[in-house]
Amino acid sequence: MKNFTYFRPTTPEQAVALLENRWGNTELLAGGTDLHDLQKEYVAQPARVVSLSGVNALAGIRVEEKSVRIGAGAKLADIANHAELKRLFPSLTDAADQIGGPQIRNMGTLGGNLCQRNRCWYFRDEHTNCLLKTGQRCFALDGENKYHAIFSQGHRCVIVNPSTLAPALIALGASAVVQGPNGRRTIELGRFFRAPGANNEREHVLEANDMVVEVTIPRSNLANASYEVRHKQAYDWPLVQAAVSFERGDGGVRNPRVVLGHVAPTPHVAEAAARSITGQAVSEATAGAAGRAAAQDAKPLSQNGYKVKLVEVAVKRALIIAAGQKRYWEV
Amino acid sequence: MSDTKETTGLSRRQFLKGSGAAAAATALGTAAAPGALAAQAPAAQPVPGMGPAGVKITLQVNGRKMSSTVEPRVTLLDALRNYLDVTGCKRVCDRGTCGACTVLLDNKPVYACSMLALEAQGKEIRTAESLVQGAKLDAVPAAFVRFDAQQCGFCTPGFVVAMKAVLEQNPKATPAEVEKGLAGNICRCGTYEQMRDAIYSLCNTKRGS
Ligand SMILES: Cc1cc2nc3c(=O)[nH]c(=O)nc-3n(C[C@H](O)[C@H](O)[C@H](O)COP(=O)(O)OP(=O)(O)OC[C@H]3O[C@@H](n4cnc5c(N)ncnc54)[C@H](O)[C@@H]3O)c2cc1C
Ligand code: FES
Ligand code: FES
Repeated sequence: MKNFTYFRPTTPEQAVALLENRWGNTELLAGGTDLHDLQKEYVAQPARVVSLSGVNALAGIRVEEKSVRIGAGAKLADIANHAELKRLFPSLTDAADQIGGPQIRNMGTLGGNLCQRNRCWYFRDEHTNCLLKTGQRCFALDGENKYHAIFSQGHRCVIVNPSTLAPALIALGASAVVQGPNGRRTIELGRFFRAPGANNEREHVLEANDMVVEVTIPRSNLANASYEVRHKQAYDWPLVQAAVSFERGDGGVRNPRVVLGHVAPTPHVAEAAARSITGQAVSEATAGAAGRAAAQDAKPLSQNGYKVKLVEVAVKRALIIAAGQKRYWEV
Repeated sequence: MSDTKETTGLSRRQFLKGSGAAAAATALGTAAAPGALAAQAPAAQPVPGMGPAGVKITLQVNGRKMSSTVEPRVTLLDALRNYLDVTGCKRVCDRGTCGACTVLLDNKPVYACSMLALEAQGKEIRTAESLVQGAKLDAVPAAFVRFDAQQCGFCTPGFVVAMKAVLEQNPKATPAEVEKGLAGNICRCGTYEQMRDAIYSLCNTKRGS
């Protein structure tokens, strides 16, 4: 790890004032579970690190009348174990509870989870100069791409967004409150992520001198669930994730949102799946049809065709869980 | 990489602020805990930086105060092992994916390899060494001995600390709950079966029942 100067501000304003208007020389540090990895690989080489551990205003989870506010510094374990959150937003707490092991959940924060860098092995390898560094091309396009995107709209880099909280939060209609040098603004999480294509772009739309202060989720009675297909029970990111939410009405599902994780450079909103389930009662047949609709436009790479089927299954199961029906796959 | 350029893009104002802060930190001797330094600085004052030269730190390890001087980049794991000679926690992956470096930070298991030593100040740190009092072994490592739950032993200090955390939090934890608490630890020798025996005995549950 390259050595650096360490700053420990106590307010979000102080923290932002320490940042720069371009990426690379100064980095925010929250739990460190992602940043220090990148530093050890010399993929991140900040000369200045601004720690958020002294900014008490970022901690805390507040359930209010109209919304739930979760500080960017809230630990993943605090989100996973919060009784009121579990009742209101099981999609979010289930997703948080499956991240890494207890150590990662005790260290990692909400802000860090949303802003973590992608897991592409070419990007993370010190010796590979890919498109997201200063290189000319994405090596995953025709290289080892088992875990990469199956939905791409001509993206020049085929990473998948690594956050499993993001799909759940987007399906719940959440927004990020962002502190910048000129004050605070709110960004819907549905517009927070983007597909990076160069070394001066991140997986989100924040400027280099912005930071996430909190995430707000409108309070609602939305049915919601997140289902992940994992290679093994612990440690790794999911292969595919589906987060869903909808209103329960007499005429069946209303205003559904279906958001997929780990299939595209950003969390992927599956509009065809939402259309398919709208107005239907959730059943294995209708949920299955929604799953097929979610997967219909997939364009897998050479090694990740298996993800198409997993999308169908994940959407189907997430809808079944959200509707409170028997988990037919559990014996 | 463009990352390595030191000052381009840094405004003169930010540069002056930064270097002034570094000078101020040097003048103060950077001896105080980061919290104390930051607390003294009123909001409008620039936040002092620490490092890149060595910074004096004090850690509370297994009930003892220990001090050393480390660069900001030194992880808690390396500070414990290489500066304070607390070698229970092991450096295996150094990337937050194996659990050999697990320590308790204010009673919660964390990966010491994935946090800075500077950030552990003011917290109570416990390592595997805390599970021996004189000649008396804590129940968790004692169960490992009894059931021969190790081979090379490299993962063991991390496993016993993670297991201790679960049982301390909930002395009535079920074997399944204890196992969930171990999801962040890996044993490359594959001693999981013996560990299961140790877990069942610690939970006073008969295996297979
Ligand atoms: C073994 C393992 C398994 C994992 N599995 C999963 C998984 O299944 N799903 C999943 O979602 N994640 C997973 N993770 C990733 C983990 O969730 C993230 O590493 C963690 O959430 C990052 O949070 P942090 O506070 O440690 O961030 P840091 O490492 O401190 O920061 C990460 C990035 O976010 C930036 N940042 C931090 N806070 C803010 C803020 N408030 N505003 C703006 N930028 C900020 C930092 O500058 C840095 O670039 C896993 C990690 C490991 C090691
Ligand atoms: S050495 Fe820290 S998790 Fe492996
Ligand atoms: S005993 Fe060798 S790694 Fe666990």
